[in-house]
Amino acid sequence: MDRDRRALSVGGVATVAVPVAFLAAFFAWPLVAILERSLAGDGTVDLPHDVLTRRSTLEVAWFTLWQAVVSTALTLVAALPLAWALARFSFRGRSLVEALVLVPFVLPTVVVATAFLALLPDGVERTVWAILLAHVFFNVAIVVRIVGAFWAGLDPSLDDAAATLGASPYRRHRLVTAPLLAPAVAAAASIVFLFCFTSFGVIVVLGGIRYATLEVEIYNQAARLFDLRAAAALALLQLAAVAATVLVSGRLERRLGGARTRRGPAPRPTGRDRVRVGLAVGCSLALLALPPLALVVRSFRVADGYGLDHYASLLDETPALLVVPWHAILNSLLFAGAATAIALMVGVLAAVAVARGRRGLDALLMLPLGASAAMLGFGFLLAFDDPPLDLRSSVLIVPIAQALVAIPFVVRSLVPALRAVEARLGEAAAVLGASPWQVRREIDLPLLARPLAVAAGLAFAVALGEFGATVFIARADWPTVPVSIFRFLGRPGADNVGTAMALSVTLMILVTAVALASERSLVGRPPR
Amino acid sequence: MKLALDGVGVTLDEARILEDVSVDVPTGQRLAVLGPSGSGKSTLLRVVAGLQPTTAGRVLLDDRDVTSVPPYRRGVGLVFQDAALFPHRDVAGNVGFGPKVAGLDAHARRSRVTEALELVGLAGAENRVVTTLSGGEAQRVALARSLATRPDVLLLDEPLGSLDGPLRLRLQEDLRALFERLSLTAVHVTHDVAEAFALGDRVAILREGRLAQVATPEALWARPADDWVARFLGLRNIVRHGDRATVTRPEAVRVVQGQGAVVVSVDRDGPLVRLRVRHDDGAELESVTTGTENPEPGDRVSVEVDSTGVFEVPVWQGTAPG
Repeated sequence: MDRDRRALSVGGVATVAVPVAFLAAFFAWPLVAILERSLAGDGTVDLPHDVLTRRSTLEVAWFTLWQAVVSTALTLVAALPLAWALARFSFRGRSLVEALVLVPFVLPTVVVATAFLALLPDGVERTVWAILLAHVFFNVAIVVRIVGAFWAGLDPSLDDAAATLGASPYRRHRLVTAPLLAPAVAAAASIVFLFCFTSFGVIVVLGGIRYATLEVEIYNQAARLFDLRAAAALALLQLAAVAATVLVSGRLERRLGGARTRRGPAPRPTGRDRVRVGLAVGCSLALLALPPLALVVRSFRVADGYGLDHYASLLDETPALLVVPWHAILNSLLFAGAATAIALMVGVLAAVAVARGRRGLDALLMLPLGASAAMLGFGFLLAFDDPPLDLRSSVLIVPIAQALVAIPFVVRSLVPALRAVEARLGEAAAVLGASPWQVRREIDLPLLARPLAVAAGLAFAVALGEFGATVFIARADWPTVPVSIFRFLGRPGADNVGTAMALSVTLMILVTAVALASERSLVGRPPR
Repeated sequence: MKLALDGVGVTLDEARILEDVSVDVPTGQRLAVLGPSGSGKSTLLRVVAGLQPTTAGRVLLDDRDVTSVPPYRRGVGLVFQDAALFPHRDVAGNVGFGPKVAGLDAHARRSRVTEALELVGLAGAENRVVTTLSGGEAQRVALARSLATRPDVLLLDEPLGSLDGPLRLRLQEDLRALFERLSLTAVHVTHDVAEAFALGDRVAILREGRLAQVATPEALWARPADDWVARFLGLRNIVRHGDRATVTRPEAVRVVQGQGAVVVSVDRDGPLVRLRVRHDDGAELESVTTGTENPEPGDRVSVEVDSTGVFEVPVWQGTAPG
């Protein structure tokens, strides 16, 4: 017994130590490198006042803020009706709608941006509306997921009780439902705000030279103007803003506990609700389907009608890349596979620790997500350019960065499953004679197989589409698909745009297939 | 196998959950542990199963100290209150789990499963999905799962707690028959007095982590250790005077036509009728009787008390049972 216990406690230490070591090496260190570069003048510590008070910096900060606020507001307006319809009613095709709504969230930012590019008429100036709508397109899924799940969990008898007390439908909504939903809406809004605030791929593609967020400006300063100090200073500003938002959103999310109850199947909509549900679902699906459809159509459009020319060009050498475009697809799959393996190894250990009550680790692991991908890539660039760890020329650096971005998703999808594998089942197994290792093998693992598949699929999809960090560190002879799309879009000529569209469609299909496959394994789970 | 607890104590975060609990369960006997919620009943079972480390005392199986033996090597079976079936295994997979981790081959496993399912009256349910079982069936599968390991001691944590009505009574009868047939050493936890009396050879009353009294149901009913125990067992006619209390059994109170008291309420409880009467001096008494011709609330009556149904107990210096 002592041996078993000691082995388990060694395992317990590893669940914390491995994730923390990984974060220290590949997250904390790059951040330190950024701080060092931004704060250290010639051997002294001093704030980069000049960069931070530049007029251009203030303009970028102002745009970053207001576009995030407006994007968040628009997302709520677009998503709440759908969240209501999905939470309150059951109707034919509901689970399909639920799955489809999630797809935009896993779509790579560059693909979404390219899709909105395809929606805009040729030659029309890229407008700020395209940016805002692209953000809405992405984040509807977050609001529907968080608010919808919470809404579905609200006890309907509260509404019934209010009705028997004489409250009209409007007053019931205002006095009962809305106050109960407020924390979920606030939590969802804060996450959407964070994603829009740190938006990179969408703005880089759709913003042209007129619109830049802090994130994009970091990239511009570092990769285009080679002013690493200015980039580091901007990263510092970004970090402060993100830290504040993460703190607020974490607090809002914590308020979401409790208040949920299970309930039976939702009713079918009747009367006027039929029309409302139809409208909510129909409009949302149209909004979500239009950009990808436009992308697909444009990818087939050639000078004289429609054809497969752009797809054929994936096999040709091009001045835009050092490799043939379809190699980028292979690279992406390879990197994403490696990133998934790393993310699962670190993420599973971390999820076990978090499920055992180490909440601090959860917050720590969310940091890479909040700290934004481009900053991560920039940090990698600064941190790993000299010994002891010179990874810049190593191919490994890309999957490590992608894994950092994917780990929060792995942890988040595993922790609820781990918590659901009640300690009681392990105890039941133990009194039946199962040793701790047998409990792991016979009870925990089988119960976790499906959630693990979901986590792996999510990590793979996220890694496939990762752009912000990868664009900083991918070697020119090892481009990924998102990076290649970006390169093609950056070159003049309709053919380059066409190839970018064809690559985007390919990536969209890959990511959607992976996401739906892993989501299906969730759907197919036996009821408990 | 004989089970003994010797001075067992459990302290969690400075809260004393169990304190100085000593009790023996001779081979083949059943002990019912009875107590209000929060009295430490479940913790006591977890201590015996090895799921809860003790901070004091010893757990003995046939005089062997097993206090530090982990649950999976104790040979003690535990049936959880809500069954705790493994959702990813069918009924046979659940019942056969113990034999499997014990290393039995497939054939031996199958015969154990068949045998255990027959014992609980679920023969042929091998391939059912556990999530489709009713509450009573799930509880029977949980019982079969424990029996399939052929435990030396069987522990049951409110096995009927999640059931109601006739189903509860039926499973209680079945459990009693099963216990007699297998002559198992068993500890059974409940907050229900009738269930404890029906299933326990002896009943241990747990109060705030300490044993208030251990006795056969008859002895317990005849002589509760103090007024708290009397009240917990359902006796209502208790009058405190100083550190003593006088208990009058309701069946010793006869209500007849006459003067001196008034009927406050009449409640039928199956074949029994509970009458509450108030003396003109304000004192209230409960009377239990049978039959169908009974007075109605408001009737003037007189009360006769059979003195053999009156006894004195010490007063418990704590809070009264809910």
